[in-house]
Amino acid sequence: MAEVLVLVDHVEGQLRKTTGELLTIARRLGAPSAVFIGSGFDAAKEGLAAYGAEKVYRYDGDLSGYLVAPQAELLAQLVERVQPAALLVPSSAEGKEIAARVALKTSSGLITDAVDVQPADGGGVTTTQTAFASSYTVTATVTKGVPVVTVKPNSAAAEQVSGAAAEEAVDFTPSEAATRARITAAKPKEKTGRPELTEAAIVVSGGRGTGGDFSKVEAFADSLGAAVGASRAAVDAGWYPHTSQVGQTGKQVSPQLYVACGISGAIQHRAGMQTSKTIVAVNKDEEAPIFELADFGVVGDLFAVLPQATEQVNARK
Amino acid sequence: MNIVVCVKYVPDAQADRTFHASDHTTDRVNVDGILSELDEYAVEQALQLVEASEGEVTVLTVGPDAASEAIKKSLQMGADKGVHVSDEAIHGSDAMATSLVLAQAITKIGMPDLVITGMASTDGTMGVVPTLLAERLGVPAVTFASELTVEGGTVTMRRDGDAASQTVQATMPALVSVTDQINDPRYPSFKGIMAAKKKPVETWSLADLGLDAGSVGLDAAWSKVEAVAARPPRAAGTIVKDEGDGGAKLAGFLAERKFV
Repeated sequence: MAEVLVLVDHVEGQLRKTTGELLTIARRLGAPSAVFIGSGFDAAKEGLAAYGAEKVYRYDGDLSGYLVAPQAELLAQLVERVQPAALLVPSSAEGKEIAARVALKTSSGLITDAVDVQPADGGGVTTTQTAFASSYTVTATVTKGVPVVTVKPNSAAAEQVSGAAAEEAVDFTPSEAATRARITAAKPKEKTGRPELTEAAIVVSGGRGTGGDFSKVEAFADSLGAAVGASRAAVDAGWYPHTSQVGQTGKQVSPQLYVACGISGAIQHRAGMQTSKTIVAVNKDEEAPIFELADFGVVGDLFAVLPQATEQVNARK
Repeated sequence: MNIVVCVKYVPDAQADRTFHASDHTTDRVNVDGILSELDEYAVEQALQLVEASEGEVTVLTVGPDAASEAIKKSLQMGADKGVHVSDEAIHGSDAMATSLVLAQAITKIGMPDLVITGMASTDGTMGVVPTLLAERLGVPAVTFASELTVEGGTVTMRRDGDAASQTVQATMPALVSVTDQINDPRYPSFKGIMAAKKKPVETWSLADLGLDAGSVGLDAAWSKVEAVAARPPRAAGTIVKDEGDGGAKLAGFLAERKFV
């Protein structure tokens, strides 16, 4: 059975949730092989085996001082050598850049932001994406080379299946050209203790209606163990960081539950949350377009509704 | 400093965007188009950099006849000249082919100090053309800049990632993509609108770029859209008015759906 390469998303060996999801998808297409780049392999190995990685390509060298180009070079060399049935990469901004460069270097078709990947009749893969602010569903195939697919978080339920995780060290030296964009400083973001926005099962977002006070939104999110998001209006006003922005120019999320608080639901925002399984809205304006999407909506002031809901959720636990 | 800004003419997101039924490509004819909003930040950044030193801003687009509107808007904002690559054979090109055409056009224009792009288009939204273009041009890519400075021959930018805010440097020539956090794009002034009418715009075909028609377009794409389907509208939900019990009702709904 052909190998399917999965680029492991991790922080110092702590696996991100997408890794289990991608290994699970890889198993539909062939024998999953994880590609681990960076430090912390010992911490990651058990997790990779637990999600069914039969093989692990391991590169311990430090590429953290560069943007994506060296990682793309490494993966392209691996793809040329292994000739896998597919390469799956997490669909982050970096992941998409890596995948694009690998696809170009190996003359392979690229698909980004897949929400489903299945084996195609007669070989290859069939992928599903959404388009135009999720108002369309698109299915596609790769017609050239090795399918290179970036897969969005929450696209599959990670399944635990024991794999051999046989190690193979990768011999790689980045080219001079790939190391010309250098990271000269990094300021770690403050940890909130909340789940990662794109991976979270529940997201609670605040918008213009918060007036800049996110305390009620955050308290409600914490009662549900949710990530906190923000609309573009809230981010542009400087109330919440851009990395928390949900929408066309921010993150696209697809959680089990999305709660929009004080967000009108402009197309810019809908593009980032429309595929959520269940949508709840709290807004003072009963005409707000967000209510057209909502499975449940409360027309009311979030500063009254959210504290009461928070209290009740906490009481029900 | 000379800068080439790559811009895209896209269907307006406020309109009902759709696909051509025949070949599943984006309908760019029957839906009103505009300069991609995210590209306005790229044009603005280029103008600010050139205004602070010297040189000129060339705006480059690849697209059908109507895409000249994207160039016009950029010239009205203050760009100096435009290049429009238009050829029927380009219809249906994927990101790979688009980056090829852009790279050839930039080579013909003459490699500038900086190529600036938006972070993604608002129609395809892949966000990969900038990195592909840098790969093809053989220059470093510093993408997703939320702050940008140029000093000597070095470009320095801030990139806000999920884990950290990074400072990234590269030696020019380089490619930079900018986010919507980097500036506030200007509106064209009356003077700008009048001046734009006299600014030079060249239109090039694939032959002008030395590209074979077979290397681009729908048939040359390395991936294929098999089907598109409008998403079914969401079923109408339950909307309640808060009469002092809205929060309790919300918690009740969440409990019923097993989120609590």
